[in-house]
Amino acid sequence: MFCSFCGGETASGDHERCRARLSLIDPPRYCAECARKMVVQVDPMGWTARCSRHGERTSAEAAQR
Amino acid sequence: MTTASTDTATGTTGERGDILAVAREQVLERGEGLSEAQVLEVLQLPAERLTEALALAHEVRMRWCGPDVEVEGIVSLKTGGCPEDCHFCSQSGLFDSPVRAAWLDKDRLVEAAKQTAKTGATEFCIVAAVRGPDEKLMEQIRVGVAAIRAEVDINVACSLGMLTQDQVDRLAAMGVHRYNHNLETARSHFPEVVTTHTWEERWETLQMVRAAGMEVCCGGIVGMGESLAQRAEFAVQLAELEPDEVPMNFLIPNPGTPFAHLDVPQGPDALLTIAAFRLAMPKTVLRFAGGRELTLGDLGAEQGMLGGINAIIVGNYLTNLGRPVEQDLEMLETLKMPIKALNDTL
Ligand code: SF4
Ligand SMILES: [Zn+2]
Ligand SMILES: [Zn+2]
Repeated sequence: MFCSFCGGETASGDHERCRARLSLIDPPRYCAECARKMVVQVDPMGWTARCSRHGERTSAEAAQR
Repeated sequence: MTTASTDTATGTTGERGDILAVAREQVLERGEGLSEAQVLEVLQLPAERLTEALALAHEVRMRWCGPDVEVEGIVSLKTGGCPEDCHFCSQSGLFDSPVRAAWLDKDRLVEAAKQTAKTGATEFCIVAAVRGPDEKLMEQIRVGVAAIRAEVDINVACSLGMLTQDQVDRLAAMGVHRYNHNLETARSHFPEVVTTHTWEERWETLQMVRAAGMEVCCGGIVGMGESLAQRAEFAVQLAELEPDEVPMNFLIPNPGTPFAHLDVPQGPDALLTIAAFRLAMPKTVLRFAGGRELTLGDLGAEQGMLGGINAIIVGNYLTNLGRPVEQDLEMLETLKMPIKALNDTL
């Protein structure tokens, strides 16, 4: 698994600041499954993030988790 | 504490008198903004006078602008891949930023405008990460603005970088009512922030926008390594421009950008800057824009609203997320600040 903010492996390194940013002001930028940079569209009420390999995630799905 | 007439630690300045007392008479009573030297004095006030400075800025805002708050939503039509090198910007294609290029289609653009209007917002700003628009973008704007104006009750603003006279005229003819183009920082600090174009080029676009009858929206970012003197310089340069709106952003240190290593501006510092900007521009719409979530948090947002701010961006920004819209609307209700109505802005 990879950090959606910095793209590093979640198992190694400190991602506390990454998590803080993701919880406050950042949409995911890296695919959690493969660490590819995703194409992210932010709109006033949400976001979509698409990995070329693993498909699209949306803020609506993320909110349900 | 404040009796010593030359005690800089208390913000009193001898013969000229205490800066907040001076501001009360000059700005609150007469509506005349502070000079550069005066703004600097405000920015140098000691921490214990922050509350007082905010209270005065709030009085000034209520007196010269009234209690209404102008609410706006923004959306990125074209994200990333910009050829410019603004050192704070995650959308520059010159840095190793995680932000990849993306285009918003017309349907999602119109949907974004509808969702923004539902919040009570009167302004919707379409933004593109470009040096200036090319024909493809101008055409998308033409189609998009027409669709929004046909379907949504909201003022449409644009932010598309530097413009030619022809582009200015075309945007005005499309019914774009306000144009955003930030000077970003003091003229003397600009070369430390951007090297691919000049402050003066930005200034020229703003003059053309004004001459064409569009409203001018121009602000910047606090916390990009500028000195307090440069912050004062910037406030006064903005005041000279006489913009209809000034969006105030606080630096978000974005990964991959040259400013990634800078600190997030501190809350008290940001609040005093808000008060100082209000005292420099008593009659301008002063808007909370990006970075307030990191710098100020929820409590600081309220303090800013009670310290000179009279407009907000609700919802998400261009590449960053805002706090939930309901939270901002509840805050305005708690503060008993009505949302400015559309018919008041036309
Ligand atoms: S011109 Fe705009 S989009 Fe491009 S790098 Fe500068 S701030 Fe970012
Ligand atoms: Zn991380
Ligand atoms: Zn993937």
